[in-house]
Amino acid sequence: MAAEELKTGPLEYRSQEGRMGILGFWIFLGAEVVLFATLFATYAVLFGRTADAPTPAELFEPGIVLIMTFLLLTSSFTCGLAVNEMRKGNTKGLTIWMVITLALGVAFLGFEIYEFVHYAHEGATLQSSAYWSAFFVLAGTHGLHVTLGIGWAILLLIQIAKRGLTNKTSRKFFVISLYWHFLDVIWIFIFTSVYLIGMVI
Amino acid sequence: MASSKKGIPKNHVIGFILSLVMTVAAAWAAIRSDLPVTWVIIGIMVLALLQAGVQLFMFMHVIEAGSGGGHVPWNMMFHGFALAAILVAGSLFTMSFGFDHGDHGGGSGGGDEQFEEQPEEHAGH
Repeated sequence: MAAEELKTGPLEYRSQEGRMGILGFWIFLGAEVVLFATLFATYAVLFGRTADAPTPAELFEPGIVLIMTFLLLTSSFTCGLAVNEMRKGNTKGLTIWMVITLALGVAFLGFEIYEFVHYAHEGATLQSSAYWSAFFVLAGTHGLHVTLGIGWAILLLIQIAKRGLTNKTSRKFFVISLYWHFLDVIWIFIFTSVYLIGMVI
Repeated sequence: MASSKKGIPKNHVIGFILSLVMTVAAAWAAIRSDLPVTWVIIGIMVLALLQAGVQLFMFMHVIEAGSGGGHVPWNMMFHGFALAAILVAGSLFTMSFGFDHGDHGGGSGGGDEQFEEQPEEHAGH
């Protein structure tokens, strides 16, 4: 309920409510960084404590991890394009790019589930050692975020189809775009400090 | 390319290409190159930080005058990452540093110790 509403600029920034909502979401993302930091710290401390289970160097394969990374990087790019279409007032363009984004996200999840099942078959599960507990909790928390993001975006796309692009739906879509890019940021660090370092050592 | 009237924004394309190049470079350094492990780890962590920067500045509009948020967005990210560095480096320092838990295959023991030390170096800046 802003006293004064701007007449120009991106829709999501025009009302005070929209600007503050987006600002609040940045603060939430700051907290998310710290949440993942605790998981990264746990993982780093427990690195190497694989007990009788296979070591990460034995199980990690560059191919599948690179595919997952490229899927998520591309989805982050297409999500940016969706916001770009939103700012042009093009609901159809937004929907197309966001559907592509979500399809890439689902493909990413598929690979991750396949990967986890494969590790479990090889004897590395949540219960098998401290290292693998930390690994599955860290990667799994990210995967859970991706899953939630997909559900959230689908609901929001339905709402945008019904209500069109207003100050409110624009703000909501901008927020989910921030969330989606943020998941890519976290994945880059998982890719680097879990998979790449796990393969180097 | 479906329905863009004015084409795709340049900075998005540049950001996308940059992130692909950095991913490939990091993967190459880790898997194919013969660089010393220490340098590989420092190098790929720097690449990860740069990639995070690409996401924030090219895609996430972290600095945008119209947002009315002033410096808060990048301040939040900066504080978040500073806390992350302290958490990870501090945990390694108190829990792992100089402690050899070599109960799993002696072969990789040396490498493990190196790992324990490296993240502190990257997290320090």
